[in-house]
Amino acid sequence: MTDKKLIIIGGGPAGLAAAVAAVDRGMDPHDILVLERDSEPGGILNQCIHAGFGLHRFGEELTGPEYSGRYIAMVRERNIPILCNAMALNLTADRRVTFVSPETGYTTLQAEAVILAMGCRERTRGALGTPGTRPSGVYTAGCAQRYVNIEGFMPGHRVVILGSGDIGLIMARRMTLEGAKVLAVCEIMPYSGGLARNIAQCLDDFGIPLKLSHTVTQIHGRDRVEAVTIAAVDEANGRRPIPGTEETIECDTLLLSVGLIPENELTRGAGIDINRATSGADVNQFRETSAPGIYACGNVLHVHDLVDYVSEEAVIAGTAAADRILGKGGSIVKSLPVTAGDGIRYTVPERIDLTADPEDVRIFFRVRDVYKKVQFFIETDGGEVLVKRAKSAAAPGEMESLTLPAEKLKSLIAGDCAGIRVYLKETGGKAQ
Amino acid sequence: MTTRELTCVVCPAGCRMTVTLDDGGAILKIEGNTCSRGKDYATSEVTHPVRTLTSTVTVTAPDGKKMLPVRTDKPIPKEKLFDAMAIIRNTKAASPVRTGDVLIPDFIEPGTNLIACRDA
Ligand SMILES: Cc1cc2nc3c(=O)[nH]c(=O)nc-3n(C[C@H](O)[C@H](O)[C@H](O)COP(=O)(O)OP(=O)(O)OC[C@H]3O[C@@H](n4cnc5c(N)ncnc54)[C@H](O)[C@@H]3O)c2cc1C
Ligand code: SF4
Repeated sequence: MTDKKLIIIGGGPAGLAAAVAAVDRGMDPHDILVLERDSEPGGILNQCIHAGFGLHRFGEELTGPEYSGRYIAMVRERNIPILCNAMALNLTADRRVTFVSPETGYTTLQAEAVILAMGCRERTRGALGTPGTRPSGVYTAGCAQRYVNIEGFMPGHRVVILGSGDIGLIMARRMTLEGAKVLAVCEIMPYSGGLARNIAQCLDDFGIPLKLSHTVTQIHGRDRVEAVTIAAVDEANGRRPIPGTEETIECDTLLLSVGLIPENELTRGAGIDINRATSGADVNQFRETSAPGIYACGNVLHVHDLVDYVSEEAVIAGTAAADRILGKGGSIVKSLPVTAGDGIRYTVPERIDLTADPEDVRIFFRVRDVYKKVQFFIETDGGEVLVKRAKSAAAPGEMESLTLPAEKLKSLIAGDCAGIRVYLKETGGKAQ
Repeated sequence: MTTRELTCVVCPAGCRMTVTLDDGGAILKIEGNTCSRGKDYATSEVTHPVRTLTSTVTVTAPDGKKMLPVRTDKPIPKEKLFDAMAIIRNTKAASPVRTGDVLIPDFIEPGTNLIACRDA
């Protein structure tokens, strides 16, 4: 195998959309290689059989496999090579990618640009430290999703779910429809981490109780889970269980839906700067990391709730990588750090690199808490408000965005602005 | 007069809506929706709620796949979801199947089909 101009690591929705965008920008498909460690492309969407994907992107409601199927078809139409069963093992800051596959053996290739699209993995029980025995019957929600939707067997019949992330909510409905009894979803925070629509259509539709400010304090059973003890937690006291509120629920299965972590071992290995809030790389608006020519998009960059935004972000990265290779990008005249101010947990991008003729930049961010009424601001370090928008509700589970118009950016090139900040002001108090 | 709080499930924005009904159950007012699809959803939800059902059926595919994802091509009445699941559980698909192929025509409701969501 010979060196490639563009290597994309990961053949999920992000990697596929980036590959398509690079070709549509003018690259020869044969200069591109997509590495996918699984036996088929499509990423995690292959197991997300529920509907709700593609409303933004395709204007219709598709299931996960249909959504990824469309991107696989686009990649095939463009004859972009995908190497499956190929696991990337190492990456260097000067864009050498080492991978292993049955077809090629252990191989190292040099690329002019690399796009990181490795997605994320689920937090596991070990990362959580729930006390109790270690019986079988404790799964991450995504693992249970794989068992039910791909392997075709039910991991249990009486289920408690810890964490109210979207995958847990989706699995609550899926297992209920398959005949299991989902007894409760416990969420340690006073609000759900999942989308409001998933609370409505996955829990409320089936009368499954959502217990906010509750956690699992004990897992019982020797060989198999026999019960779990749950308890209310004290918001004011470090979310510690409140004595006397314990309740034991008989069940054979505990699902964990306690969050996703971007898979950034390769990124770290290359010495690329990582943002502590996102656990993904620090990027500019082209999704270029601190290593020139290495881009990141999708869940490896920050956890997205919606695959439509993953595809959008991948188009940005794929287009920018193609521009670099084709020598099209403008040179950078000024670099502005973007910081997360009051009420904001993180922003992507974390940096705007201005060319002489900048385009609109959409800044994505997550808020820290649940708010009823807020105003979002983008402001310069000199206190000039560049963008302002009011919103009726905001929650950490739902990604927000603001667009910085090109003319505003252009006006910052000459001035003494050295950075911009995104923040919010509450105008209606905290929601309960 | 009664009011009902609803979360629109049509798109991920998940708008919170308040529907005001008169004593006969007729809709007087819908508030909180961002777009007209939310209004349609609220109307259907207080009169006759429907949901798109997704599930899997067994298949023997050449690539060794055991399960084929399927869905209804239109939302079906919410109270019939479990009846639909009982049928799906006893359904086997025969390979080859293409995305969008109708596996069961007139599924649950006349004019609604159960379709494949992947090639197998
Ligand atoms: C269990 C689970 C369920 C989810 N459910 C939903 C949902 O219902 N709705 C929703 O909108 N979003 C869901 N998400 C989020 C979902 O991941 C994104 O919407 C979308 O799939 C992200 O696309 P991606 O391409 O960034 O990542 P992925 O789909 O995860 O794709 C990453 C790909 O990279 C490959 N890869 C990773 N490391 C390497 C390596 N070293 N070498 C080669 N290949 C590699 C993986 O095999 C995988 O195919 C879910 C996530 C998880 C983990
Ligand atoms: S009302 Fe419109 S914008 Fe709001 S959730 Fe429903 S479909 Fe989406």
